[in-house]
Amino acid sequence: MSGRLRDKRLYLDDVTVSFDGFKALNKLTLFVDPGELLCIIGPNGAGKTTMMDVITGKTSPDSGTAFFGNTINLLQLSEAEIVAAGIGRKFQKPTVFEQLTVFENLELALAGTRSFLKTLRARITAPQHKRIDEVLDIIGLSEQRGAPGRILAHGQKQWLEIGMLLMQNPELLLVDEPVAGMTPHEIERTAELLLSLAGEHSIVVVEHDMSFVRSIARRVTVLHEGQVIAEGDMDKVQNDPRVIEVYLGV
Amino acid sequence: MLRLWNGSTGRDRGGARFLAVLTLLVIAAPVLNQLVPSSSAFHLSAFGITLIGKYLCYGMLALAIDLIWGYCGILSLGHAAFFSLGGYAMGMYLMRQIGSRGVYGNPVLPDFMVFLNYQSLPWFWHGFNHFPFALAMMLLVPALLALVFGWFAFRSRVTGVYFSIITQALTYALMLAFFRNDMGFGGNNGFTDFKDILGFDLHSDRTHVVLLVVTIAALAASYMACRAIVESRAGRVIRAIRDAESRTRFLGYPVESFKLWLFVFSAVIAGLAGALYVPQVGIINPSEFGPINSIEAVIWVAVGGRGTLYGAIAGAILVNYAKTYLTGAFPEVWLYALGALFVLVTVFLPRGIIGLVPARGQSK
Repeated sequence: MSGRLRDKRLYLDDVTVSFDGFKALNKLTLFVDPGELLCIIGPNGAGKTTMMDVITGKTSPDSGTAFFGNTINLLQLSEAEIVAAGIGRKFQKPTVFEQLTVFENLELALAGTRSFLKTLRARITAPQHKRIDEVLDIIGLSEQRGAPGRILAHGQKQWLEIGMLLMQNPELLLVDEPVAGMTPHEIERTAELLLSLAGEHSIVVVEHDMSFVRSIARRVTVLHEGQVIAEGDMDKVQNDPRVIEVYLGV
Repeated sequence: MLRLWNGSTGRDRGGARFLAVLTLLVIAAPVLNQLVPSSSAFHLSAFGITLIGKYLCYGMLALAIDLIWGYCGILSLGHAAFFSLGGYAMGMYLMRQIGSRGVYGNPVLPDFMVFLNYQSLPWFWHGFNHFPFALAMMLLVPALLALVFGWFAFRSRVTGVYFSIITQALTYALMLAFFRNDMGFGGNNGFTDFKDILGFDLHSDRTHVVLLVVTIAALAASYMACRAIVESRAGRVIRAIRDAESRTRFLGYPVESFKLWLFVFSAVIAGLAGALYVPQVGIINPSEFGPINSIEAVIWVAVGGRGTLYGAIAGAILVNYAKTYLTGAFPEVWLYALGALFVLVTVFLPRGIIGLVPARGQSK
């Protein structure tokens, strides 16, 4: 066991969360390698969101352990400390600042000072400016840098939100249903974006859209009733009899 | 084509025009009053000088409201309370300056205290005979009230209409308190019959010209301070709070602390405006705390245009000019006119009167 534990970016072991007797997570064990892009699928109520909540400190489990890297025990940290440790989460519904420009949205997400008096005097340094330019390039919104958030298309808002996560240089990105409501073209761009981020960041994507998962996944984990029931590449998972039974076969 | 939006972070054209108007006024008003003979059509009377001064004080109050409402979405319906407290602090100084020249001739006690059989000066009146102390109180008392009130309200996450309602309650409670004779603030008569300020006679035109110049300078300085805040990164955080409060919190910004700082600063500007108002109009009484005053001030901001700073000031001046005219010509229609104006502006001019002026550089 300790051999497997070494060098994982994220390691959940034997995690159980129950709400009034209902086990949202049932002895869940799951890991993410450094630089890996892991896709998690599963029917509604499988425990995907609860798992994200445990990792980000929103929910504390009844039992089990959750480690970020080899040394950081996530269960001992607050939500803000977990963000500072390098875990960024993108929620399902994008919320960008509508009246601020794309550039200003990214500026506010910059890692650094948060107090009123310091932000009153804060100026963007050259390296920060460079970082914003880089992220604008990564999320493909360089041309819209001066546009207010409100005029962006739905897909562009999702990318901007991912960009805001990137400003904090997270080692692990948790992305909840990134392509919900997107056009096919936007889905394709999002796949490219996530693939380009893998390697430098570890990414966990929770998604329902199977063709999207197929297009990006190297490794897929299938959750059902709070447990992992199958793991592997998309073909292996899709041919797994249990998976077909609970999810894909329906 | 997308360059279009770069104008939003560009230079402050409207503000530059506004400061130019103030500069013109600071030169023209003294000249037209002091140098142009009173027989000339261009002579600006002492009444005109104090009227302009009064409008500009209202403009400062509107500026204070726009800073928190237009930029942070905090709708205070109690800002007249901070204005009045600043005014009362100034009034206390002016009362102490009267000295033995009062009707009763008491060298220490103001007339109303003699009348109410006070034997000695209440403790909170001490120090107000010194201008520096009084000046500090004009700014600190509104700031302290805003700090305590804001701390409780923002920490309890009181927002939106609930915040507006409790600010109304705040100013109403203060009005009732100041109406009481035993509060030591002159009851419903308030303070009046001021003689001089810093040794200058309040009945001379020259003093009023100087007060107007000081008011213009204070308004310009407040405007530039507000502009500096909203243009800073803190200003962008403030607008982010207005548009998506919980998202801003999620980015790690202490939302409550940002609101509190802004609210306190806004209260200080309102207090300063009230302090400058009192020597120019010559009276302060509890009706200044009236809930309707705070609502009127919010209407000035809405009429002028929210979220531009100079729009709020323009709105305050225009609405009050209309008020001066209408309450003189048709006294009974004023409140209806104000209500109609508010409805019309809300429905047809969501960006206020200032929204009618196309900002150059944004049209193309």
